[in-house]
Amino acid sequence: MAIAKKAVVWGLFAAGGTLSSFVFPALIALFLLIATGNVPNGLQFEQFHTFASSWLGKACLFIVLFLSLWHAAHRLRVVAHDFGIRKDTLVANTVYAVAAIGTVLAAFYLFSIS
Amino acid sequence: MSRNPYVRPISTTTWYMRHGRYKVYVLRELTSFLVMFYSFLTLFGLYALSTSPERWEAFLVSQQGAGMIVFHAVALLYFLFFQTFPWFKLAPKAMPVQVGETKVPDNAIIIGHYVAWAVLTLFIFWLAGVL
Repeated sequence: MAIAKKAVVWGLFAAGGTLSSFVFPALIALFLLIATGNVPNGLQFEQFHTFASSWLGKACLFIVLFLSLWHAAHRLRVVAHDFGIRKDTLVANTVYAVAAIGTVLAAFYLFSIS
Repeated sequence: MSRNPYVRPISTTTWYMRHGRYKVYVLRELTSFLVMFYSFLTLFGLYALSTSPERWEAFLVSQQGAGMIVFHAVALLYFLFFQTFPWFKLAPKAMPVQVGETKVPDNAIIIGHYVAWAVLTLFIFWLAGVL
């Protein structure tokens, strides 16, 4: 892999790792609350829809999803290698494709919330 | 001169079992599955949100249950101890900060991360209406 390409992949990995470290505990805690049936007010349709309709809300959700997906993709590529899968090109193409699809879906869904 | 140097056989699939440090490394790497899972779960939620109030309501209902409570609780602990806390601990090594001539002490950077994390988490909870 060329050095320039590596820097981009590593940059996304580090940024996504930092952001997910900060945000995901709260995200998982919210899913835990939902699982118990106590859906907080801000996650009722009206309120959450209003948040996701605003440009700031869209930007926050998109950046978290985009960076987290690329962070996880890069790390999963390393995981595959660590568990003895030595077809790196195939693995890399697969995990980055999943991250790319997730990124496009995030943009599409957020765009269609208005 | 040895024509066939001895190469110690190391398993490519179970090498990390030999040492506690390697095990912790692999456990940290495995958090990527959780990041993937929760990213796509959130995406699925956004899809429901973008479709209709009924779909969003159905999404919330589909996420309820004892199994999900246990899963999220375990995932939360796993994520904290193998992603968030190690990432903060590593921060001064990855991003050393220097002010003028003096290097900011490692602990100050780590504590800064914890404070920022607490503030951000409280803000998200406030935004979600938990607080």
